[in-house]
Amino acid sequence: MTTPNVRLEQGPSSPRARVEGTPSTLAQKLIARAAGRERVTVGEIVNCRVDLAMFHDSSGPRRLAPMLAEIGAPIWDKNKVVLVIDHFVPEADDASRRIVRFARDWAAEQRLPHVHDSQGICHVVLPQGGHLRPGMFAVGGDSHSPTGGAFGAYMFGIGATEMLGVVATGEIWVQVPHTIFLRWIGRLTAGVSAKDMVLQMLGRLGMNGGQYQALEFCGEAVQALSMPERMTLANMAAELGAQVGLIAPDATTTGWLAQHGVALTAADIAPWHSDEGASGIRHAYDASALEPQVALPHSPANVRPVADVENTRVDIAYIGACTGAKIDDLRAAARVLAGHRVAPGVQLLVAPASLRDREAAEREGIVQTLTDAGAAWLPSSCGACAGYGSRIPEGATVISTTARNFKGRMGAATAQVFLGSPYTVAASALRGRIADARDVLA
Amino acid sequence: MRTWRLPPDVDTDQLAPGHAMKDGRLETVAKHCLEVVRPEFAREVRAGDVIVAGANFGIGSSREQAASVLVHLGVAAVIAPSYSGLFFRNAFNVGLLLLTCRRALDIADGVALAFDARAGCITLGGSVRLSTEPIPAFLLDRIDAGGLLPELKRRFAASGSSPPA
Repeated sequence: MTTPNVRLEQGPSSPRARVEGTPSTLAQKLIARAAGRERVTVGEIVNCRVDLAMFHDSSGPRRLAPMLAEIGAPIWDKNKVVLVIDHFVPEADDASRRIVRFARDWAAEQRLPHVHDSQGICHVVLPQGGHLRPGMFAVGGDSHSPTGGAFGAYMFGIGATEMLGVVATGEIWVQVPHTIFLRWIGRLTAGVSAKDMVLQMLGRLGMNGGQYQALEFCGEAVQALSMPERMTLANMAAELGAQVGLIAPDATTTGWLAQHGVALTAADIAPWHSDEGASGIRHAYDASALEPQVALPHSPANVRPVADVENTRVDIAYIGACTGAKIDDLRAAARVLAGHRVAPGVQLLVAPASLRDREAAEREGIVQTLTDAGAAWLPSSCGACAGYGSRIPEGATVISTTARNFKGRMGAATAQVFLGSPYTVAASALRGRIADARDVLA
Repeated sequence: MRTWRLPPDVDTDQLAPGHAMKDGRLETVAKHCLEVVRPEFAREVRAGDVIVAGANFGIGSSREQAASVLVHLGVAAVIAPSYSGLFFRNAFNVGLLLLTCRRALDIADGVALAFDARAGCITLGGSVRLSTEPIPAFLLDRIDAGGLLPELKRRFAASGSSPPA
């Protein structure tokens, strides 16, 4: 794949910054605070105190409760724990009912103060619930936990046994990562979004391009993004194979948090940025030249410009998941579909990322617009994205706003799943084939 | 004991498919382990067998069943040039040894080999030696302990409910 708009600079720290003292990256600063250290060095292994631990019904209670009992430990700090029930809801069968009932019973028995039951997907519900703020060191029992990095929090995903360690001790080890700076210059054009940015980076860097290090998204085009769009970038740091995907907090961050009950001053966020001259690997991309991108089956890194796959017939257009059904994603879809109807034979499925996003969409008339276009509404949960809820039928060609198109992930081994932005998915639903939304919006 | 060769980018959905996760029991997940890549694997793998894979082994979800299912099936170690970082942490936490070896794919399918994680080497057919990247001692100790759970059990048994240093 040719990517003429990508510049690669391997940047050592500038001599000026070095004489003033060793500059630190945002990742180093976040880890240093959590480790109770003045500064930390790339490569060293440190123990951090956890400010926030989030888990869901699949990775959480059903795994943690028996293990906590086995080791004979209580939860270290219930105020720092958030349970989100989002994977097996609404309960489709007896197995799901058992899992969800177990989670609810355990939460009640433990008197967990922070439980979000059937309110949406954890990575979106967590910040919307006012739990997340810049400077935090947080873990989540889900691979898309780097979403929290959009708020300038060091947040990453861990498995259930490691979550047990956190829940019992309040601590976790990390190896201080080096930072890969992904700078976006210029501005996105109409019909192009954060999803296209992250797909472009995936096509360029590959699924393990992040090397379990820290990504930091920066530059004019990133600063111009809304919080939901920034969350899309940070969310797919998981696909990029990074531990975290950070964005330095700014007025957009504090403005959004204020609307969600978290009042912060400029001084609160002032420490959370990379120092000038901090060392790292630097990549630069031009947002103004970015075209809509699509990931072909069966890898999120199998990325092509939408033009390469136009005319691929689609059966299902899925707007869902923490990656692709936040309010800005729904707005994008509505912009494309307003006054139109999806092509005959195409099923447009919409599962808003959270109830709050769904309510906002109702207020803004987006629910009406999409319903008029032929959308069928699904619950605000993980659903088809992870093959947990309604499964995609065998043999179907799907274009989806989700993060992953591994073979069989959505529940059908023979399904062909393409990933795109909500603009691209909506335009494809309209045309019945993979399409460039800019042709519709024009 | 034998090796099982797998391609690069083996993901957690291949190791522990989402549709098998609802049941939650490892024996159920095990029946479907790697069914889309090597359908005979779950049936024919024997205790002590070793997986040899391409780069990026274990990419995808945080579900640690992707690692514990291999422990359940008796896999002694995975040898690959690179791993998903999240999978790497999970593997050691559930007692699955991962050896990072640049030349993993020099190892054929169905052969016998020996490895020494602390010494950092793999021996093939008696004479060919491949080196593996060093692993922090506390993670090798965790493998010897059988994973993080037994480690925590010991710590809490020793210290009551006070958190470890």
